[in-house]
Amino acid sequence: MFDFSIITTWLHDFLMGTCGFAEWGAILTESVLVALAIITLYAVFAIALIYMERKVCAFFQCRLGPMRVGKWGLLQVFSDVFKMLTKEIISMRQSDLFLHNLAPFLVVTASMVTFSCLPWNKGAHIIDFNVGVFFFLAISSIGVVGILLAGWSSNNKYSLIGAMRSGAQIISYELSIGMTMLAMICLTGSMSFSEICQDQYVNGWNIVRGHVPAVIAFLIYLVAGNAECNRGPFDLPECESELTAGYHTEYSGMHFGYYYLAEYLNLFICAGMASTIFLGGWAPLHIYGLDGFNGVMDMIPGALWFLGKTFFVVFLLMWLRWTFPRLRIDQILSLEWKYLVPFSMVNLVLMALCVAMGWHF
Amino acid sequence: MSEELKSQAAAPQAAAKPAAPRAAVAKPAAPAKPAVNELKPTVVEPAALRAELVRLHDKEGMDFLLNLTGEDWMEEGLGVVYQLENTTNGKQACVKSVCPDRENPMLPSACDLWDIAHTYEREVYDFYGIIFTNHPDMRRLFMREDWVGYPFRKDDATEENNPLRMTNEPLSDFTTEYSLHEDGTVEKVQHRVWDKDDYVVNIGPQHPSTHGVLHFRVALEGERIRKIDPHLGYIHRGVEKISEQMTYPQTLALTDRLDYLGAMQNRHALCMCIEQAMGVEVSDRVQVIRTIMDELQRIDSHILFFSCLCQDLGATTAFLYGFRDREKILDIFEETCGGRLILNYNTIGGVMADIHPNFVKRVKEFIPYMRKNIQEYHDIFTGNVIFQNRSKGVGVLTKEQVISFGCTGGTGRASGWHNDLRKLRPYAAYDRVQFNEVVRTEGDSFARYMIRLDEILESLNIIEQLIDNIPEGNFQEKMKPIIKLPVGTFYSEVEGSRGRFGVLIESKGDKSPYRLHYRSTGLPLVAVMDTVCRGNMLADLITIGGTVDYVVPDVDR
Repeated sequence: MFDFSIITTWLHDFLMGTCGFAEWGAILTESVLVALAIITLYAVFAIALIYMERKVCAFFQCRLGPMRVGKWGLLQVFSDVFKMLTKEIISMRQSDLFLHNLAPFLVVTASMVTFSCLPWNKGAHIIDFNVGVFFFLAISSIGVVGILLAGWSSNNKYSLIGAMRSGAQIISYELSIGMTMLAMICLTGSMSFSEICQDQYVNGWNIVRGHVPAVIAFLIYLVAGNAECNRGPFDLPECESELTAGYHTEYSGMHFGYYYLAEYLNLFICAGMASTIFLGGWAPLHIYGLDGFNGVMDMIPGALWFLGKTFFVVFLLMWLRWTFPRLRIDQILSLEWKYLVPFSMVNLVLMALCVAMGWHF
Repeated sequence: MSEELKSQAAAPQAAAKPAAPRAAVAKPAAPAKPAVNELKPTVVEPAALRAELVRLHDKEGMDFLLNLTGEDWMEEGLGVVYQLENTTNGKQACVKSVCPDRENPMLPSACDLWDIAHTYEREVYDFYGIIFTNHPDMRRLFMREDWVGYPFRKDDATEENNPLRMTNEPLSDFTTEYSLHEDGTVEKVQHRVWDKDDYVVNIGPQHPSTHGVLHFRVALEGERIRKIDPHLGYIHRGVEKISEQMTYPQTLALTDRLDYLGAMQNRHALCMCIEQAMGVEVSDRVQVIRTIMDELQRIDSHILFFSCLCQDLGATTAFLYGFRDREKILDIFEETCGGRLILNYNTIGGVMADIHPNFVKRVKEFIPYMRKNIQEYHDIFTGNVIFQNRSKGVGVLTKEQVISFGCTGGTGRASGWHNDLRKLRPYAAYDRVQFNEVVRTEGDSFARYMIRLDEILESLNIIEQLIDNIPEGNFQEKMKPIIKLPVGTFYSEVEGSRGRFGVLIESKGDKSPYRLHYRSTGLPLVAVMDTVCRGNMLADLITIGGTVDYVVPDVDR
């Protein structure tokens, strides 16, 4: 298995040795390079996801999707982004301008930091430490502050109702996400994403290893994760049919663009987390006893495995979105508090029991 | 039915003569005979009107206010025509009352007898300035609040009084009641629309799910709806008033622009009203073609209903499935009529053009195609647990409520009211086909939804029975170059896509109508929104509005 840390170590040595940087200088340079890489990747994935969403949705709906701009509409999203960049940013009278302008940055920052928690390959973790899962949960919650601020500062009733819904929804569903992640931590015995992946590389994917409780946790995670991303059928905060665009009704230009980017990247992050925790992250598919097959699988780079699994989950979530109608706010909350939370609690106990008794593979 | 009418007419105490029965057009009606659709209203003095209406409501069981038409009879005064129906035995009554005082016309309100009178009386007040005493909400319904004069009066200087206003439309938070005291004095009382601390959200006029420019002011308690105040008139074009300056063939052009999803049926109603008034008998071929076209239009409308409901509830894929199928109907229409939405097909005495040579073939292809795809609708949407949870038990209307509000069509039938005109009083070719009237009893959003999908299947059945044997004959009777109606009041109605669509023509023998009034199918549906939505969530407003299925141009006219 290719270890990305070879490259990072080489770069570090190159900066320290050949270029003669001091330790802090080398780390600073590396941080800047990594930040640039992350921002570029962020934009590239957003564009890829938007294109994918439009095409996937089109095929579900018996149509072709964007076809005019570039071959198969490949340049459509680029031109959309360009259009959005050139649009005027309008500020509303009597809105709280400072908070109004701050809110999209909070959302996009939260999403970018969580984005860098993803394990891209063996040795290619950007933010990785022993309580990585906690860090991930904490940072991803900052996004909801941005949404609440957006609703409050817009001086618009639709935005306010949208933001309230969003706050209630996201905070509730974080509970299930935390609980399902806890169940998987039980299994792997580590909170660091790199160790979770390494463990799955050695012992097999968690979803197979943890069998019944893991599958239950995976399903709960998918539902809750979808709700965390504010995507259909949980797209209440911005549901078009009653609140026009919910909390971002009053945003225009790139400020709206940030919400748009964050929505798609949150989808990617949610799927990426699912593949990290349940589907092995960068760990290739291994079948016990078939060493030849496993060897071939190991030749496929870990980044490809990670992206493949992530996009598979993304596809699942898109499938959900384009099939289901939207839930009502009381139904969303009762689904969480009456069903998902108790289920994930029981599931956590079940998982703990499995681990304690050694009932897993 | 004629037996009942005779007995009723013979009874000396029956002050109100019922409306003349409308026989199917196919039966011969010689011009010499009185028109089958002529209304012979009982004239009641304004002072005795209230007692008469109460008597009709309580004693005769006239629980359905079919239509309320304001009119201006110049020297005679201003007045109204009430058309009432007993929903149990189908008897009808028609009462007319005239106020000689043009300066300060007043009539007693009937909004405590029939809920829909609340809205109808506001309309009459708006257009004719007739004040209904003891009506709690005498605001204008369609015109701006700062409008000067009453536009439907024959002597109103509408354009001089109302230059183009560059100010925003004022929207009052107060309603006015003119309460009549025992001693005959009238007192003006103001009521608040909203309480002091109501959180009022505007849904509309520009809004993705009001299906047109409709404005609801919604008072919320958290997510719950406390009250809805519909604000209409954004697409009011004065179709009825414009028609008074038009010749009869010209008036036809406006009907397609009322309920654009019932274009065929609307125009059918107007043509039928004029034909019956003149005693013209259209050929069998025309009757069958009109019936098929009406049913195709109904399917078109119900598919659009399905699609828009899905879209409103966030199921975008199901929305496009519906539009894919609706396209087939529009193609069929386009081949024969030339139009897709505005069809201009029916004419006085026939239809504009004979059916296209491909028509029969394409309709026959469409029937099995649609039957198959209805199943797909059920698979993707009806069975979905989220949709079921959002629609079952949401927005329940009882049978009494739908009758009192006059909610005909699928909305009424979902609450167990048998109001399908095609069964009650068959017209065109409906008496020669077998079909079921789809009725449910739950009265909730899910029932309203299922009614429409089941009606698509019934409509397909009707078309299937007729399409193979369209009789030979003229597609257009020879008409005089100038069409004039005999003196009288005429009323015809059809079963439109979303209820009973009626046309009332008052003629003075000229080549244009003296008064032309459409019984809007959508106005009762909007009027019922406040009642049906109270206590539900904001998101339910969308579900209920979608399933009640109003079309705004038809509401505003």
